[in-house]
Amino acid sequence: MKSVYSGLLASAALAFLAAPAVAQGKSTLETVKARGELSCGVNVGLAGFSSKDDKGEWSGLDADYCRAIAAAVLGDGKKVKFVATTAKERFTALTSGEIDILSRNTTWTMSRDSSMGMAFAGVNYYDGQGFIVKKSANIKSAKELDGASICVQTGTTTELNLADFFRDNKMKYSPIVFEKADEAMKAYQGNRCDAYTTDVSGLYSEKLRTATPDDHVVLPDLISKEPLGPSVRQGDAQWFSIVKWVHYAMLNAEEAGITSKNVDQMLTSSTSADVKRILGKDGDFGKGIGLDNDWAVRILKQVGNYGEVFDRNVGEGSRLKIARGANKLWKNGGLQYAPPIR
Amino acid sequence: MAVETQNGATGGTRSSGILPAALYRPEVRSIIYQVALVVILALAAWWVINNVQENLRRQNIASGFEFLDRRSGFDIAQTLVEYSSASTYGRAFLVGLLNTLLVAVLGIVLATIVGFLVGIARLSHNWLIAKLATAYVEVLRNMPLLLQLFFWYFAVLKGLPAPRQSFALGAGSFLNVRGLYMPAPVPQEGFGWVLGAFVIGILASVALSLYARRLQRDTGRQLPVFLPSLGLVVGLPLVAFLLSGAPLTFDYPQLRGFNFNGGFVILPELMALLIGLSLYTASFIAETVRSGLMGVPKGQTEAADALGLSRGQSLRLVIIPQAMRIIIPPLTSQYLNLTKNSSLAVAIGYPDFVSVFTGTVLNQTGQAVEVILITMGVFLTISLATSLGMNWFNKRMALVER
Repeated sequence: MKSVYSGLLASAALAFLAAPAVAQGKSTLETVKARGELSCGVNVGLAGFSSKDDKGEWSGLDADYCRAIAAAVLGDGKKVKFVATTAKERFTALTSGEIDILSRNTTWTMSRDSSMGMAFAGVNYYDGQGFIVKKSANIKSAKELDGASICVQTGTTTELNLADFFRDNKMKYSPIVFEKADEAMKAYQGNRCDAYTTDVSGLYSEKLRTATPDDHVVLPDLISKEPLGPSVRQGDAQWFSIVKWVHYAMLNAEEAGITSKNVDQMLTSSTSADVKRILGKDGDFGKGIGLDNDWAVRILKQVGNYGEVFDRNVGEGSRLKIARGANKLWKNGGLQYAPPIR
Repeated sequence: MAVETQNGATGGTRSSGILPAALYRPEVRSIIYQVALVVILALAAWWVINNVQENLRRQNIASGFEFLDRRSGFDIAQTLVEYSSASTYGRAFLVGLLNTLLVAVLGIVLATIVGFLVGIARLSHNWLIAKLATAYVEVLRNMPLLLQLFFWYFAVLKGLPAPRQSFALGAGSFLNVRGLYMPAPVPQEGFGWVLGAFVIGILASVALSLYARRLQRDTGRQLPVFLPSLGLVVGLPLVAFLLSGAPLTFDYPQLRGFNFNGGFVILPELMALLIGLSLYTASFIAETVRSGLMGVPKGQTEAADALGLSRGQSLRLVIIPQAMRIIIPPLTSQYLNLTKNSSLAVAIGYPDFVSVFTGTVLNQTGQAVEVILITMGVFLTISLATSLGMNWFNKRMALVER
């Protein structure tokens, strides 16, 4: 008879444990505020985008995006819990609610945006897929890679582009697929593969981490479009707006010339209507997305505008020294264009 | 009501009038409890399924199994069946499954051979052999398997030379960091005769051993079996091969561009996984074998000695058949462990089922619930099938007991 009781107990417990899944009434903004911390999914380690230094501090373009959101929502950019995710785990981590936002050099594609329960809020880095090879191989173009073994990370658009590229060019290759970029790079360096492929920004970052960066070359060919950006769960329009407008605020600030250094001065002395609207001196724009009107000021004070963030993490001010290229502001000939705050 | 009073009467229990007397009978109550449990379980299952569907729908995540018919769009390094990026996700599922089964089957065979040898060696009277076997077991079974896989893949096999500096192994075979390249046999017209001769050879040697066993049982006379069988299985096809004019050519691997082309290749990922898995599992099997051998009473060995059997004969005819009864059940667990551990393949880039299906397919489709369900189903099926086979084997061996 005892087993019957424990069976009953078990099924009751099961029902109880599963119950919170239905009770999803709270909005993401409320949840984050109640928790007092933003749970942000980032890359396990990709220099320039999100990587941990020896003090355990996260830095990078994607990590700073998390801080900007925390600054806007919670008032403090330090209130971020960084959750390191592999390419394979990231989507389930987001849709299951483990993280509030996925800010992990993730390519915006139609299938991800439509049928996977997630919504992309913007593009914080325009990238393209390329290849890194050893200098000694003496290869000048990706078209010379016929018959090569290529190391790649699982669960990425990279894997698909690779297949398309070789198919379209009627070339043969052998994909060696790893779960982590680290292992794929290790295999490439151990001569298991002739090339390693991922987004070009990632290639530069991985190149820096090799023992002898000068022995490797990133090929000039770009074989795909890789718009990388943050994503949130579908079905929470307010949260989606917040994440989207945090990026736009940083872009608009750069365009208006507001930086982390001059934001205080701008607050008091600027007469530009644009600047006043961004900094919340004019209008009620912050309220519209469920925040207060100082939201952008906090982002700029604590994190900076897009140009500053880019420069310090991947641009000239960093070890990577990647050119702004397609990530320049639209008025400088790039693709970064933000709808106006008005 | 009439029925109840009848029951109450036969049960001989008091009826308070509020509750039917039948409820006081333990059997009736136990049935009610069990029915209630089943109902609750069914409701719980219905609720879980419903909840999952509702949540998926609300989050706008595609569900259903239609994705299996869609084009996969990615390539796989090792395919045992025809596959390209134009094939479907369903086909990718099959490729991954076969790759896992390949590792599982080869791994089980290797682990069993090594495990039995080491297990017997641990009981050897030769001090050096016994200690070496002990060291083997203690070192391998006490280190995490993932670490060992990394060791074989990133330390041992990565030490191999690049394609241009390959080790030539003779007969057109090459070993390098990209794998072991061997000539692939290409059967020509008339090769069917050779295959036919091979099948006939196997059948004939089975018949011979059955006949020899019956002859020994009936008359006590022993027939030589091993050498004639070898002759039948190897010699007969060889004769057919020569008579039909050697209808077999080889496709030799050739260094072209980056890699060897043609021939037949064993990927280093497969080698590392196979070596790592089988050596690790072999250390557990060795202990199982040792416990089995030690579980046979000493009197049995002494009796075999008294009959004048050699040490080899007494092992083969007396000790091992009895030890098998102890060995098989834990051996089954080890086989199951090996199969499940093969999912660590993803760490070293071998395209096994988990890597291809639960990794790439899950990510490209985003249908986590379906993919995980299928994965659980597949491992459950493989494991249950292994158990079933081993249980059958166990029953057969148990008959030896008198």
